[in-house]
Parts: sequence; C-alpha cells; structure tokens
Amino acid sequence: MNYFLTEEQQMIKELAAKVADEKIRPIAHECDEKEEFPAEIVKVLGQADLYRVCIPEEYEGLGGGVFEMCLVVEELSRACGGIALAYAASGLGIIPIILFGTEEQKKKYLPRLASGEIIAAFALTEPDAGSDAGAIKTTATPEGDSYIINGTKQWISNGGDASIYTVITLTDPTRGPRGSSAILVEKGTPGFEFGKKEEKMGIRGNATRELIFQNCKVPKTNILAKEGMGFMVAMKTFDQSRPGVASQAIGIAQGALDEAARYSTERHQFGKPISSFQAIRFMLADMATQIEAARALTLQVARSIDAGEKNIAKVSSMTKVFASDVAMKVTTDAVQILGGYGYMREYPVEKMMRDAKITQIYEGTNQIQREVIGMNLIKETLRKKK
Amino acid sequence: MNIVVCIKQVPDTTDVKINPENNTLIREGVASIINPFDAYAIEEGVRLKEKYGGMVNVLSMGPPQVDASLREAVSLGMDEAYLLTDRTFAGADTLATAYTLAAGIKKIGNVDIILMGRQAIDGDTGQVGPEVAENLEIPHVTDIRKIEQIDEQGNIYLERMLEEGYVRLKAKLPVVITVVKEINEPRLPSLKGKMLAKKKEIHTWSAKDVEVNEKRLGLSGSPTQVVKIFTPPKPEGGKIFDGDIKGSVRNVLQELRASGILAGSEKGDE
Amino acid sequence: MSSIEVILDKCIGCGLCVKACPFAAVELVDKKAVINERCTYCGACVDACKKYQAIVITRHTFEKHDVSRYKGICVYAEHRHGKLSSVVAEIIGAALKLKNVLQVPISAILLGSNVKPLAEEILSYGTDEVWMIDNTKIGDFAEDIQTELVAQILLEKKPEIFLGGGTIFGRSLLPKVAAKIGTGLTADCTELAIDHDTKLLKQTRPAFGGNIMATILCQHHRPQMATVRHKVMKEAAKTDAAQGKIIELNHIPIPDPAIEVLEFVEEESETVNLSDADFIISGGRGIKDPKNFALIEELAKAVGGAVGASRAAVDAGWIPYSHQVGQTGKTVNPKIYIACGISGAIQHLAGMKGSDIIIAINSDPSAPIFDVAHFGIVGDLFEVVPELIKQING
Repeated sequence: MNYFLTEEQQMIKELAAKVADEKIRPIAHECDEKEEFPAEIVKVLGQADLYRVCIPEEYEGLGGGVFEMCLVVEELSRACGGIALAYAASGLGIIPIILFGTEEQKKKYLPRLASGEIIAAFALTEPDAGSDAGAIKTTATPEGDSYIINGTKQWISNGGDASIYTVITLTDPTRGPRGSSAILVEKGTPGFEFGKKEEKMGIRGNATRELIFQNCKVPKTNILAKEGMGFMVAMKTFDQSRPGVASQAIGIAQGALDEAARYSTERHQFGKPISSFQAIRFMLADMATQIEAARALTLQVARSIDAGEKNIAKVSSMTKVFASDVAMKVTTDAVQILGGYGYMREYPVEKMMRDAKITQIYEGTNQIQREVIGMNLIKETLRKKK
Repeated sequence: MNIVVCIKQVPDTTDVKINPENNTLIREGVASIINPFDAYAIEEGVRLKEKYGGMVNVLSMGPPQVDASLREAVSLGMDEAYLLTDRTFAGADTLATAYTLAAGIKKIGNVDIILMGRQAIDGDTGQVGPEVAENLEIPHVTDIRKIEQIDEQGNIYLERMLEEGYVRLKAKLPVVITVVKEINEPRLPSLKGKMLAKKKEIHTWSAKDVEVNEKRLGLSGSPTQVVKIFTPPKPEGGKIFDGDIKGSVRNVLQELRASGILAGSEKGDE
Repeated sequence: MSSIEVILDKCIGCGLCVKACPFAAVELVDKKAVINERCTYCGACVDACKKYQAIVITRHTFEKHDVSRYKGICVYAEHRHGKLSSVVAEIIGAALKLKNVLQVPISAILLGSNVKPLAEEILSYGTDEVWMIDNTKIGDFAEDIQTELVAQILLEKKPEIFLGGGTIFGRSLLPKVAAKIGTGLTADCTELAIDHDTKLLKQTRPAFGGNIMATILCQHHRPQMATVRHKVMKEAAKTDAAQGKIIELNHIPIPDPAIEVLEFVEEESETVNLSDADFIISGGRGIKDPKNFALIEELAKAVGGAVGASRAAVDAGWIPYSHQVGQTGKTVNPKIYIACGISGAIQHLAGMKGSDIIIAINSDPSAPIFDVAHFGIVGDLFEVVPELIKQING
C-alpha cells in the first residue's frame, strides 16, 4: 500500500532496504547459527547515515522522528529481526537522551550515536522485575557528587556492545517507583561489568547480557531529568519506542510472507504449484491483510507521536500488541506453508518464527500492553460518562 | 591530492534480454547503472581522499541522462561532478572517447590520479584507460588490485593483477589507474550523500567548453566503425542426465571420451 | 562533421528502425522517425531501412592514412618467464588464414631479454619474419618500454594489420599503441576475416556481456589493430620447414621506463591460471562452505585443470577474487568447463559461455545453467563430484 512518503522518507526507506538486502540478508543465517553480533553491520549502518535519521539536526542528526525510525526498522527486520536490533535497541537507548538529556549530555553522546561510532542500550528489567517494573532493586545511592550504583539488570539487548546505557535505578528506595531515577552509565566505568551472553530462542544475532553493578560510581551529572522521575522517563521512552518494536515485528512478518508466497509459486505438488490451492492462498491472504493492518496502524501512530499528540500510551500499546501477535501468527503460518522444508534450519522461515516470539514479550509483554490499553479505555469511558 | 574518477553509465546488461522473434535486444525497462567496475574506482578514490586529503571528482561523457549516475557518484562521496555532453561526441569509439575525456581532465587541471574500472560491461573493451593516458601523455597501469601507498615524493606503489600472479609496481604521479573488483568493497551511499547529490550542481561541458579539435570527436574521430550487430545463436541446451549418479557420471565421461576431449579408454565400467 | 539524417520524404513511419536500434535512440513522432542523442551511429537502423533507404549516415573521418603504403600482418609475441604466451600460436593461426586471402607476409614483434629461442619458436609456426629487439633493459613486465618500441616498429614497418592477445598485458599495451599512432583497435575478437572486396579486416567480437556480437572495420587508419580472445582461435601448427628470418631492430633506442617493476609474486595455487587452462572446474553457491572447495580442487587436480568460482562464492569469501569467472571476473574459454552448484546467472554465463564443452552439475533441474550446458547432471554435487573423481581416476 502507498503511504505517500515524502522524497526524503522514500530515500531513507530505500537505503535501509538496500542495506538489508545487500549486507544483512547474506549473513543473517550465519549470525543466527553462531549467535554473533555483527559489528560490521553497525559500521555499514553508520556509514549510510541511518543512525542519524532520528537524531535532531543540532546534534548531527537528520531530524527525523518515530515515523522514519519505523521505516528503517521494518526494512532491516525484513532481512533479520535479530540484526535489526543493533539499530532498534540502540534507538531505545537514544530516545531518553533526546527526550530528557541536558544540553551537555546531548552534545556528549548524540553526535557519536548519530555517526554509529557508538551504540546505546536501555536497562530496566531485573531478575525479579519484569512486568512488575516497580519491583526493581538496583540502587543508585547519592554520595557527594556521585551516585554509587549496585544491582543487576537482566536480558539487556545490545548488552556488552553498547557504549552508553540508560539505567533505571532507585535513588530513594523508600519511595518505591517515585524514588526511581534514570542514570546514564558508560561502558568501562569501574564497577560496571557484564554477565555471560544469553543463549536465546531467537534474535540470536543480537547480544543479550546481564549488567552487573558493584559500587559503580558515576557523576551526579549523569542523571536524566530529575531524581524520582526514573519511571516517567521509562514510560515516555516506551511510548515512542513501541511503534519501533511493532515495526520490527512487521518486518519479520513481511519477510516471512515474502518467503512463503514465493515458495508457494515454486513448490509443486499434485502437478501444480501449491499457490493454486485455496487453502494456501487463503492463508497468504490473511497473512498479507494482517501485516498491512499492523503497518497502517503503526505508521499512523508514529505520525501522531511526531505531530506531538499527547496521551499516546493507549494507541502506542496497540501497535506493539497487534503487530507482534500478527508476526507470531504470520511466521507460524509461513513455516506451515513451507511444510517440512519450513521446519529445516536450512530454510529461513523457522528462524523468523523464533525471532517473532520475543516481540510478544519484551518492551512490555502483550499482557501488560493489553492492561495499558484496557485501563486507558476504561478511563476514557468513565470520563465520557460524566 | 587531486583525483578524477571517470565513470560510464551503462545498461544493466544482466537485465538485457533478447527478443525471441527477431533476435534483437530488448532495451525497454533496462535500468541504467554506473558501470560496476567504476563503482570500485569510486570507492578507491574516496579511500585515497580519506587517507591523503585533497579532492576526488567524477567525470563522465554521455547523453544528458548520465546526470543521474553522476549524482549517484556524488552520494558515494565524490566532491565535484563533471558531465561532457554534446551531440558531436556521439558515435565515439574508444579512441574518440578517450580523446574527449582527456580534454575534460585537462580542463579540470592539476590532476594527480585518474581512476576508472578495468572495463565497461557494455563495450567490454578496457581500452579507454590506456588511451586516456596516452592523450594526457602520462603512464598508465591496468588491472590494479591494490594501491599500497603514495609517498611524499609523489610515488605510488601498486599491485597489478596478471593471469599467473601479480606484479608490484612503482610509478611517479600523475598516472591513470584502472581497477579490478579485488581492490575494495564499495560502500553504500549515505543519506547525507544522497541529499547532497540531489542539490549538487553538475558542471556540464559541451564541445566548445573544452579544448578539442572537432575532427577528433564522435563519429569523425573514430577510426573503428561497427558495421554489423547480430545476436549469437541461442544455445539449444544439451543432454541432461537425472538418473542415478553413477550412471549419469559414466554417461558424461563416455561422451567426453568419444569426442576426444578427454583421453583414456572406457574406464569405470560397472 | 559526421551526421545521421532521416530523409523525411522517404520515411513511411513503419517503425522497423525503432525496433532495430539497440540503444533506444529512434522514436516515431508524428509517423516519422526521429533520432535522439542516444544514437551511437552503429547503423542498425540504416540496415533495417534497406527498403526505403530513409536513414543516411555521413562520415567525415579525421586524418586518414594512405592505406596503400601499409602491407603485411604483424603479431605481438607476448612472453614472460622464458615462455611464449599460448595465445601467440593462436594469433599466428588466425594470421595464416588471413594471409591466404591477402597474400602478404606475417611478422611478429618480439621484445625482451634473451629471447632468441622464442624467436625460433615463432618462426616454427610459419611466421615470415620476427622483428626482434633483444636487450637486457626490456624486462618481462616492462610494458611501458615495450609500448614505445612497438609503436616505433609499427611506424617504421607499416604493417596493415597488427594483432595482439586478449590478455591482461595485451589489452593494456595495444590501446596505448593505438592512441599513439592514432588508429583503431578492436578488443577481444572471437573471429577475424578478410572482406574479399575491400580487403579490410573484419573484426567480430562480443559486447553487452556477450548478449550481442558486433563486426567492426577500421577503414581509413593503419594498422588495423585487434586483440584476440584467448583460447578461441585454432593454434598454428609447428612445422620443421620454417623458412622465416629474424630481423634485429637494434637501431631503435630503448626508452627509459616510466614505471618501476618492484617484484613479481606468483599465485601460490597452480589452480588459478584460468586463462590458460584447458579444464576449469567451478564452484558456486551450492558449495555451501569454503572447506568444500577442497572437493572442487580435487576434481581439478584429477583432470589437470584450474579452479573457478561464481561471484556468489567469491562474495561469500569462500575463495579469492582471482578465481572468479563472469562478467565482473574473468572470461574463460577452456575445452571443458564444469559448473558445480552454479545456478547460471547471466553474469556468470557471460564469462564462460564460450567454453567448448560445458558440463553442469546442480540439484535443481530448472537451473538456467542447464540451458547452456552441453551435458548436465541433475544431482547433489557432493555425490556427483566424488563419483566423477572416482571414475576419472579409474
């Protein structure tokens, strides 16, 4: 479907697609098998100026917004949902700096992030704090001009490869979530170590690691916004990043659909290509419709966010929950259409199915997303009743 | 360091198809691209500029639509772009083309290195590089797979591919260099580059803007002339064996031995 | 100046010229042919309009030579490491056929250090004269020195035809000579013949990646120069009854080199000289893993051949670029080309279509390579190749 992109948006989309086709697709299978993070792709993305897309012009970016980020993430994810995280998860770490960073912080990090010299990451989840984000235990104790950070973050995408981390900590544990703060921590800071690289079901081209803080001392000037605003920083960040996850899911789904559709025209059974059977055609039709619906929803929400709409939490959650569920269904169906071949690692769709699953889980499980949507819906309903 | 990369816009010959009815080329819908070998020259030019400073410019001769390829080259890192375009350039063989390009290079002036791909995928001659060098009265080296370095005295050290290995050469600048694919991995265009390319002013020169003897241009300046173009006969496809492997292999070897190409008696009979 | 013109009175707007043009340079506007700036004067439209003769090309050519003063067929004898390039015998073979029509002597230019034995060999192919400069200053790789000397010799001796090998050296040296002299050069010819009426050299060669063939003439300039594609023309046979003579041209001064040759590095693997190989075994995407190229090498060794590769294998980093066969790699013409796990993309075919016998091994029966193969085996190459090796070794 035509989304009436501007010339610049078209350029961005085409270049992302070119990187995906020429550089990512050829290595996707190998990165998945070897569970390797492709540092050379970061370099290619940097050289192509794709990291610049969503960074403001004052900081050497191209001044694009969530919409442009969605365009890029979808194209990269078509080739590999895991490798696309080198871009998307960095985006997640860049957003808090753009939204809440001081001038010094922005000047210090954004140009280097724009060029792809470094990538970012975002750290909230802990072993005992997943959906219950309020249960985090990592503390950042004020001490003179610094914070001393202690605790563990878990399952952090780009963990170990990123150079700058937005870490959600408790600066005042007595106040619960209201005592939380978002603090920037650089890789290499003494007391900041990484745990082992996790072995995952999917997105294996992205390194997921534990972050271990032991008396890690950072200057107080590393705080984003103010003390007590940690969860607010996180929530506002997620509002903007959810369409990105949705786009990752859509990209994975589109890649799976393309493979399945092509395969159906080539695979002959009973003397005909299997695309001549309605059972297959109807599956493909549903897959295509769902993907287009997810894309239309996501891009429209992205436009809303960029236009400055307030109260976007509900629709933002809708993009994520809908697109990720679509991706899971579409990739599962793609494996089904490829049949026995779909199950074999030699063919790309089983990887896409494994990659799709995480989109239903991270950045707020789909259950949490439904809660957000449901709560907002009820709030609006009650307001209307008055 | 002042570098000029010469590029040619060519039809994507992998896309070119033959009309089965009259055995002619079907040109509709065939994209025009930067000659693939020239893409490596562009990349090498950018790398040399990154290493030694200076400017790297791009030059091409052709009809007005070559503008698009020059802009693509700019998006890949070229500084200034020059287009030599004029009806009198048309019909040029390699000699006339080289004569014209050399005139353009002389007008750009002070050029240390001229880079281009080893050949164009439509003409497939590989002659323009050496002929440009002769017109500029400077040395040339072809099939370069590596530029090792340029020292402060203006000597360039290179590796030239040959059939049986490679030879290391040293030449004093200025020099014409044609490159092979092995030399580098071309980068993708950057967004900033593409935006720059959109607005870039391409210096467009006609015959009167460069110093040339009109008689040496285009068709008049071409000693060679194409008198016939025809399509080679279609291959008919040969004998395909898809049975058991042992049998298939035996059959093929039998055929080869029967035709005398492969020596030996009927071995491996089982 | 030269021009192309549509004579409007004669044009009936049939559009045959539009269809014939390989460059999309002719359009019909208001039922008349109009030629745009894409025109390269190839003349295909003139041919197409034979009936009405509505299109006319007028050529004014620069600085014509007095062609009557040029006689003889001259051949560049490329050599390195003490051996003549195998293309030389092929060019002499072609020259002998041209001699049958023209009835003029065949000469060869031989430049180098200690090259007298090579001169004898050249004469044994039936050459009438070898124009030799034997001097230690002329190294194997001294292309710049040889270029100057060749130009001087051609200007002095005035042969009407000068042929060189379509080798890396030849395709670099001859154009510089052609530009020095101001004459025409056709690259990579696969056919050479003499026109019986005009006595001109008809040079036929592939273009557009081998999708079309072009025949070219050099009417008003001499010598008519051409490089000849390696391994296409039939080699001249050696005869005992060689009657030619060696003429040493030591009066020509040896110029100083413009380029310094530092060292020659031989390619380690003997399986890389694709241009000379009679047998080439190539691996493509179907090889799946770099270590599997060992199987290809084994087959190559079994037949004494070279190892080639498709672009896919080279781009994947499984084998160096020096082995790449195809449009952006090497063009080869072996006696037997075996394509293993290669689908047969047009870019690859462009590099090996000219092989005498093409054998394709691929598990996909619809792979395009089977369209050009003389023999095909549908099967898993990891089964077929070992079986081939087994049966060849007996």
